[in-house]
Amino acid sequence: MRAWASAHRRACVSAFARLTATPLANLLNITVIGIALALPLGFYVVLANLQGLARDFSPQPEISIFLVAEATAADVRVLELRLKSRAGLAGFRFVPRAQALEQLKSRSGLADVAAGLSGNPLPDAFVVTAGAGDAAALETLRAEFAAWPKVAEAHVDSDWARRLDRLLAVGRYAVLMLAAALALALVAITFNTIRLQILTQRDEIEVAKLIGATDGWIQRPFLYFGGLIGIAGGITAWLLTALALLVFNNQLGTLAGLYGVPLKLTHLFWADSLFALLFAAGLGWFGAWLSVRRHLSAHNPS
Amino acid sequence: MTQIVLSSVSKRYPGGHDALANITLTVETGELVFITGHSGAGKSTLLKLMAAIERPTSGSVIVNGQNIGTLRARGIPFLRRNFGLVFQDHKLLFDRNAFENVMLPLDITGYDRRESARRARAALDKVGLLHKEKARPIALSGGEQQRLCIARAIVHRPAVLLADEPTGNLDAEYATEIGTLFSDFNQVGVTVVLATHDAQLAARLDPRIVNIRGGRLVA
Repeated sequence: MRAWASAHRRACVSAFARLTATPLANLLNITVIGIALALPLGFYVVLANLQGLARDFSPQPEISIFLVAEATAADVRVLELRLKSRAGLAGFRFVPRAQALEQLKSRSGLADVAAGLSGNPLPDAFVVTAGAGDAAALETLRAEFAAWPKVAEAHVDSDWARRLDRLLAVGRYAVLMLAAALALALVAITFNTIRLQILTQRDEIEVAKLIGATDGWIQRPFLYFGGLIGIAGGITAWLLTALALLVFNNQLGTLAGLYGVPLKLTHLFWADSLFALLFAAGLGWFGAWLSVRRHLSAHNPS
Repeated sequence: MTQIVLSSVSKRYPGGHDALANITLTVETGELVFITGHSGAGKSTLLKLMAAIERPTSGSVIVNGQNIGTLRARGIPFLRRNFGLVFQDHKLLFDRNAFENVMLPLDITGYDRRESARRARAALDKVGLLHKEKARPIALSGGEQQRLCIARAIVHRPAVLLADEPTGNLDAEYATEIGTLFSDFNQVGVTVVLATHDAQLAARLDPRIVNIRGGRLVA
């Protein structure tokens, strides 16, 4: 057990030594990996912020209930009582057909249309503010209202929120695809870096194998190296994103000031950041592992 | 107890060159064996088969009861730790000093660091290079490089020492020195198998001589 721990410590030290042996080349590699990772990371941060915004700004969803044209004042009264006794609603208001017509007339551009009408084609309506609930809950509520007597139809007025939600979902997929593509790039970069290292250390590998080194012993420093490169690239990506946010928030602050709303993009939480770093390290390790497997088998006896 | 048994061993390289044909040979524990013959006779191939650096085309090579022909790849490193290998071209690592070169076999087996350092210095002392432990191989003479290679081969106290032309490029004085070293190791119980075409060396040490010519044993 102690031998195992010391073997890993030695591999780690040796990986660090290799990292500092060619600082410029490794720095360039880390920068490339950092930029490649910063792209999906940055998009993810913006997306996460947008999602937060959508949640904050989205008004309480409303459902409009349109009555049939021949509904009487008594029908309206019945429905009003029914809505009052219905639990789980944040509130509702009645919009009589005359008022709806006035609203239509007052809207620019539509006054002429309204004037041309012989009668009032608009129905009486209730506008219900639903309590908390997702799209599915709203839909059941709408269906319930639509089935009530004397109701012609019911509409959910928060379609825009749903659309935004879908749009963000599409964005999430785009980020995922971008991340997958650039993760592949990271694996390719470490694969090639390790390949070059194996080439420059061919003598050492050959001698070590001849005098009884196991494949694990030979691989370990390379794997640690891949992991280190990945972590360093991840940290670079995190810092780049932080820097971009700093610059962006400056500009956004001016814009937000004009509208009188506080707008500010926040960076990843520490748990997300940690995950991103571990992910980068894992990719580096994986790239190194592929490379080592591919290039070490050449030394086996034939 | 490390016995090496070769039975009807042949080795054919890709392209059809037969390096060894029908070799049957047993090396007993504690023996001092010289494999002699002209260059190209197959001496090196014989040593490579013993150390599982190459596998036989036919026949069997059995070391410590393990058949090298069928030994799985992951078992080879552990088999090789029974051997100390001295190469004709030394195979020293030029990016580290003499001491670090000798440390390598102990690093590989995961020895305690302090104990390793003690052993490495003892091995360097044995070959008379302790005063050059900080020197890089490039700064050493041919004879010193060969002795450094020997120090690396013995540092983990192997049961068998395999040496391929250890006196190949050395003048007579150095060669005698190195011959004496191998003889000393053999005195303390190490099996030594040495490939050489140096007849003088053989005459002085009085080993068992195995002569091969054109890949075959000569009686």
